[in-house]
Amino acid sequence: MARAVETDGLTKRYGDLLAVNALGISIDEGEIFGLLGPNGAGKTTTLSMLATLLKPTSGTARVNGYDIQRQPAEVRQSIGIVFQDPSSDDVLTGWENLYLHALMFGVPRNERRQRIERVLGLVDLQDRANDIVKKYSGGMRRRLELARGLLHNPRILFLDEPTLGLDPQTREHIWEYIENLVKAENVTVIITTHYMDEADRLCDRVAIIDHGQVVALDAPSALKSKVGGEIIKLRVRSPKVEPLKDLDYVLSIDQSGSTLLLTVESASAHLQEILSLVGEVDSVEVRSPTLNDVFLHYTGREIREESGEGGVVERIARVRSRR
Amino acid sequence: MGELEGFYALWYREMKVFTREKSRIVSSLINPLLWIIVFGGGLGSAVSVGGVNYQVFIFPGILTMTILFSSVFFGLYIVWDKKIDFFKEVLVAPLSRTTIFAGKMVGGSIDALIQGAAMLAFGVVLGINYSLLGLILAFLFMFILASALVSLGLIIGSNMESVEGFQLITSFLVFPMFFFSGALFPINGLPGYLLVFTVLDPVTYAVDGLRGLILGSSQLPIALDLLILTAFASVMIAVGTWSFGRLK
Repeated sequence: MARAVETDGLTKRYGDLLAVNALGISIDEGEIFGLLGPNGAGKTTTLSMLATLLKPTSGTARVNGYDIQRQPAEVRQSIGIVFQDPSSDDVLTGWENLYLHALMFGVPRNERRQRIERVLGLVDLQDRANDIVKKYSGGMRRRLELARGLLHNPRILFLDEPTLGLDPQTREHIWEYIENLVKAENVTVIITTHYMDEADRLCDRVAIIDHGQVVALDAPSALKSKVGGEIIKLRVRSPKVEPLKDLDYVLSIDQSGSTLLLTVESASAHLQEILSLVGEVDSVEVRSPTLNDVFLHYTGREIREESGEGGVVERIARVRSRR
Repeated sequence: MGELEGFYALWYREMKVFTREKSRIVSSLINPLLWIIVFGGGLGSAVSVGGVNYQVFIFPGILTMTILFSSVFFGLYIVWDKKIDFFKEVLVAPLSRTTIFAGKMVGGSIDALIQGAAMLAFGVVLGINYSLLGLILAFLFMFILASALVSLGLIIGSNMESVEGFQLITSFLVFPMFFFSGALFPINGLPGYLLVFTVLDPVTYAVDGLRGLILGSSQLPIALDLLILTAFASVMIAVGTWSFGRLK
């Protein structure tokens, strides 16, 4: 299968900070590939380098067969990007934003109207095409930018945190749109996200990134099965951890205060014995591993979902205060 | 072809934004009208310069001021564009930085020119009779001036991260450029300390040229004004193109 992206020792250094550290990944054509990691892991930096917006400190990459250093124009023409922050002009209408993009990306004159209608249809915005973008909701604006990213028939679509700051219902909608347009337009999609559920739901393969390096790379299901067993989450007033360490079916133990997170083989069969050993239990939860457990497994930390980056809503509020 | 369409796209956007923000056009004309009506009218009731009523005398200067302010402050939009990610959308397009700069520069210059045209129309109220050739040449002057000053604004804007920073730098430039230009006084017989700054101020030559074309009373040959102004614009456009090339 042809490679959509192939990176070779891709590195970006900001002073002492190694944002991306000798990244080597290859992404197949037609897959939805996720870069999953906490904020500051180097996802957006990686994406910016692949999109030729940022020069690597060392190493290189090929995008659609073009070298990001030597053939930036060809790379740009062959990719579409939806940025993390709203990047449509809110004084223009949705249609005008798309027309502008068609001009800048050289969509041939006789195809422009047809292409614009088609991508508007893909994200159900035909009815609102002539409204000023200022009047759009955060979700609609995202959809417009998804449509715009696809307008010039790119072979790869980059989505940088596509549902950052959107409410759960809107996120669900955006995911459906992404799945639909991947089918309709037959593009490779590369998503950066710090949402486990997003990576799990959308991606064929996920690279878990931490401190600028890939710590694990596989299909979400395979990653989860690598954790092995199931997760038992216990709340115990004064947990006795020592006796649990002797049980060979307990694969790992993570304690934070009164909360114990155990990775256990055949959890339901062994639950009784664990409960009898650990102390006075307030609550028990048994579940299959999530990508969060995978991240924890590889890095010893959790990806915190609530972190410093502002949501789209406040960004739009900030943007609207201009002019 | 691709670059040409990209250029058109950038200009198209500036035009759309400009026409949609009518309050911006109106407010940009209030200041110059106040200068002419209140300052020019007030002082003009007692003062005339070289046989011309003071109100009429400062008209070409205030016209230049309109272009000066709206052109330089156009650079503010690039600071905004950088703050939102719209500018990333432009930078990631397969267009050369020269094209992006040219699109912005021409877009901004035409904005300024439209405001200049509105001011020229107001001149009729003051009883100014334009000759056709004078009017055509006045537009040429205004366009060269605007392209120089929009470039200046874009140079500052592309190197600034904050709106406050931009405003600080530009007000240090714009007001001296206006006051030293001879917009409000004749430049012959100035005291030496003032003359130095007036000669160094490129806007002086726009005021002088426009005064020659509109009122028929320039201090320097109009061709010389045009030459100096064109040289200034060429330098600004070159520096502007260069600083856009460095943008990330």
